[in-house]
Amino acid sequence: MDKHSSEHKGAGTIKTGTVDKTPADGLTRRDALFAGAASFAFGSLGLAAGAHAAPSAKPTGQAILGFSQEVTVLHPLMAASEVDQGVWWNLFSPLWMLDAEGKFVPVLAKAVPTVENGGISADGLTWRVELRRDVKWHDGKPLTSEDIRYTINLVKNPGFRAANRSGFNLITSVGVDGDHVVTWTLKEPYSPLTSMLSWAFIVPEHVLSKNPDPNSPQFAAAPIGTGPFRFVSRKTGDHVLLEANPNYFGKGPSLNRLIFKYVPDLNAMYTQFKTGEIDYIGLQGIPANFYKEATALAGRRIQLAARPGVENLTLNLAHPVLSDKAVRKALNIAIDRQSICNLVYYGVPKPANNFLAPTHWAAHPNLPKPEYDLKKAAAMLDQAGWVKGPDGIRVKNGVRLSFSNSTTTGNQLRAQTQQLIADDFKKIGVEMLIKNLVAAVLWADFWRNSEFDSLMTSVTYTIASDPDVTNRFGSGSIPKETGSGANVGRYKNVGVDTLLARARQEYNIAKRKEIYAKIQELINEDVPILPLFCEVNIEGTKAGLDGYVNNVNVRANSWNTANWRWTA
Amino acid sequence: MGSYLLRRLLQSLLLLALVSMIAFAILHLAPGGPLSQFLATGNMGQEDVDRLMQQYGLNRPLPIQYLEWAGNLATGDWGHSYRDQLPVLTKIGMHVGPTLELMVTSTLLAMFIGGLIGILGAVRRHSFFDHLATVGAMVALSIPTFWFGLAIIYVFSVNLGWLPAGNRENIGDGSFLDRLRHLVLPCIVLALVSTAVWSRYMRSSMLDVVNQDYIRTARSKGVPAMRILFHHALRNALLPMITITGLHVSTLLSGALVTETVFTWPGMGRLFLDSVSNRDYPVVMGMLMFTACMVLLGSLIADLLYSVADPRIKGASK
Repeated sequence: MDKHSSEHKGAGTIKTGTVDKTPADGLTRRDALFAGAASFAFGSLGLAAGAHAAPSAKPTGQAILGFSQEVTVLHPLMAASEVDQGVWWNLFSPLWMLDAEGKFVPVLAKAVPTVENGGISADGLTWRVELRRDVKWHDGKPLTSEDIRYTINLVKNPGFRAANRSGFNLITSVGVDGDHVVTWTLKEPYSPLTSMLSWAFIVPEHVLSKNPDPNSPQFAAAPIGTGPFRFVSRKTGDHVLLEANPNYFGKGPSLNRLIFKYVPDLNAMYTQFKTGEIDYIGLQGIPANFYKEATALAGRRIQLAARPGVENLTLNLAHPVLSDKAVRKALNIAIDRQSICNLVYYGVPKPANNFLAPTHWAAHPNLPKPEYDLKKAAAMLDQAGWVKGPDGIRVKNGVRLSFSNSTTTGNQLRAQTQQLIADDFKKIGVEMLIKNLVAAVLWADFWRNSEFDSLMTSVTYTIASDPDVTNRFGSGSIPKETGSGANVGRYKNVGVDTLLARARQEYNIAKRKEIYAKIQELINEDVPILPLFCEVNIEGTKAGLDGYVNNVNVRANSWNTANWRWTA
Repeated sequence: MGSYLLRRLLQSLLLLALVSMIAFAILHLAPGGPLSQFLATGNMGQEDVDRLMQQYGLNRPLPIQYLEWAGNLATGDWGHSYRDQLPVLTKIGMHVGPTLELMVTSTLLAMFIGGLIGILGAVRRHSFFDHLATVGAMVALSIPTFWFGLAIIYVFSVNLGWLPAGNRENIGDGSFLDRLRHLVLPCIVLALVSTAVWSRYMRSSMLDVVNQDYIRTARSKGVPAMRILFHHALRNALLPMITITGLHVSTLLSGALVTETVFTWPGMGRLFLDSVSNRDYPVVMGMLMFTACMVLLGSLIADLLYSVADPRIKGASK
C-alpha cells in the first residue's frame, strides 16, 4: 500500500545554480548530530546525504502526513492550531527561524540581525534586515522589502484578526531601502522580537493589498507563499494537498506532493500508519498504549518527539490554601512523578521540574531534581502549622487543607493521574477533590477568571519558543486583574517581574540565558505550578522516508519537509 | 394540489424560522465559544481573545447577532466558517457527497436485503428462518458500531490486507474501483444495523397485510401464491415503508458519526461534531438549516408519493 511510487505528476525541474546559502545548509550537519544522538541516525544521515547530493533532481513521489487535528487556517498570521503551522512551514517562509538546536538561522533574510553584526543598533531600537534576492512568490513575482513592510503593518492593523501582536505593537514605523532592505524602529528595546519574527510568515503585498478587507477569506482559500510547496487544493474534513514549488529558493523539495491528512480518531490513525496508508504520523501521534507495539513494527521508524508543553498542575495562588507557599512546596514533593510516567503514560515521558522543556535553549541545566518524599512533605505541613483534623484532613486557623483539581473531561490518562495524586495527597492529610469540565467550559470564564483551585493541563509557556514568560508569570498578565495575559494562576513576584523586564531589553543571547536561569530558580522556589512531565509525542515515519527531524521550537514537525525524501 | 403545496411550503417556512431561533439560542448559550480553542494552545493572551471577540462581533446582544445571521441567510449568504473561512455552503457541499455515497449505498443494500428477509420472515412466520432472522436482527442491533468497525478493519485491512483501513479514496487516484474498495467496509458496518431495522419494519408491515380479508379472498379464489405476494400484499405493505423512507432522508444527509470517525470518512456527521465542538456557529447553523429543510422536503415527498401509491389519499390531499 506504499504510495510514494504511485505519483509522479510533473512539476518542473528545480533551478539551484543561482542560490547561495539555504536554510537547509544551515541545518544539515547539526541536524545530523542531533538526530544521531536521538537514535534515528539512519534517517538523518539520509537527510545529510540528500542535502549534498544531486540537489537538482526532479521532485518525485508523495508523502501522506497524518494528523488528528484538521488543518483549518491557511492565513499564516491568524489565530490557528499547531497543525496549521505545520502546513505554513511548507507554504510560507519567515525571515529566519529557530532550528532544532535552538539557533537562529536565516530564511528569507540574508542574516539574522544582532547588535554584534550591526543589524540591530546599539540602543536596540533600530533594526535593519537585508533580504535574499532570489526569492519568488508562487505566482512568479519577486519577494521585495514591501512584502515585509506589509506583513508587519498587517499584524499591527487593528482591523486584522491577528493571533498575537506581541512585539509588533512596539514597532513604531517600518521603512524600506530599495527592494531588498527593510528597516524598523521600536518604542523600546525588545529582544523577544527575534523569536516572534521567526514565527511571522511573510505574506505577499501584491496579492493582499488589493483587497480592502484585511480579513477577506479569499487569501486563505488559495494562499500564495514563498515556501517549498505550493497550494493545490483542500477538502475540508479530509486533506490539504500541496505540490513542489519548482522555484523554491532553498534546497529541495525532493517530494513532488505533500498531503496533510486529517484522521480524527487516534486508533484509526495508528491503524492507517500500520497498514501504510499514511507515511508519517504526526500530532497527536501514536497513543502511548501502542508505543511498545509500534517500536516492533517492521518497516516503520518510531521517534519520541519532545514537545515544548509541560503537563502540570497550575495552582490558583489566590486560593486560601494554595496561597501558602509551605503547602505548595509540600505538595510538590508529594507527587510520584516517576510512577505517573511509568504506570499511566507507559514510560514514554520523563518527570519534569521546570516550565521549560530541557531541550529548550534557555532551560536551566541544574534545577533541583523533583523529589518524592511523603514523610518530608508531612513534616513540612506540620511545621507550617497544618494539623490533622478528625476526618484526617489538616486544618489551620479553621481552614481545611482541601482544594479541587480540574481538567477536561474525556481524557482517561489525566483522570488516572488525578487519582494517583489525590491518593498520595490524602496520605499527608490533604484533600484534592476532582472536578472535571468539558473543554468548552474549562477554556472559558473558568480559566480566564481564575475560577479554578488548580488545573491539570499541558502548557507551552513560551511564545514562538521565546523564554520571555511575562505572559504566563508576569504580575501584569493576570486576566482577572488586568484584562490581558495568561497568568491565570495569579503568580506575583516583583523580583521575577524585574528580571523579565531586564531580559526583554537584553539582546545578547548568553546574557539573556543567565537572566532566565535566575528567573527559573525564583519560580522553582515559589512553586506556582507543580510540573509533572514534559510532553512527548510518539511520531513515526515509514522506514524509507528520510529527513524527519524533531524540532521543539516549532509547533509541528512538518517544518522541514523540503528535506524529506524517499530512499527506499 | 397547488394550494396544498403552497400551504405546506408556508408551514415549512414558519417551522424553519422557529427551528433556527431555537437552535441559534441554544448554540450561543452553550458555554465556551469559537475562540476558547485558542486559549488552550497557549499562544494568546486575554487581550487577543477579547480583541477577536469584538472583531467577530461575538460580544453583541444575541438578538442582533441572530437578525444579522437570518438577514444574510435570506439574501442567500450562509456565512463563512470561523475555522477555515470557507463559505458554509462550500463546506456542506464538500461533505454531502461522501455522506450520500456512503449512506445511499448502505441504505439501498439494507433495504434490499432487509426487505427480502422481512418478506420471507412474514410469509414463513414462526419457521426456523424467521427465528434465525429475529435473533440475527437483535444481534446486529446490539453490536456497537465502533467495535464492529474496528474489528472488520483488523481482519480485512490489518491482517488480510484486502481492503483499505479507511478514507474515501487514495488521494490522487479516486477512480471508480478505488472508491469502491474504500466503500466496502464502512458500507457493511452501516448496512448491518439498518438491514436489521428494515427487516423488522418489512416483516411487521407484511404481517399486517397478509392477515387482511382481501388476501384471504384472493387465496381462496386460487390466485397463485407468488402473485398474491408481489401483486397484492407487497404493494400494500410498502405504504408504511414509504413514510419511513421519507423520514430517513434526513438521516441519509446527517451522516453516521461513528462510522465516519472509525473509517476517516469526511462526511456530514464528522463535520457536525467538529463544528459543534469548536463552536463554529455559522457552520452549525448552516447544517441545522440544511438538515431541517431536508426533513421537511423528505416528509413532503413521502406524502406526495403516498398519494401516488394509494389512490384513496389523492382525494384527501386536494
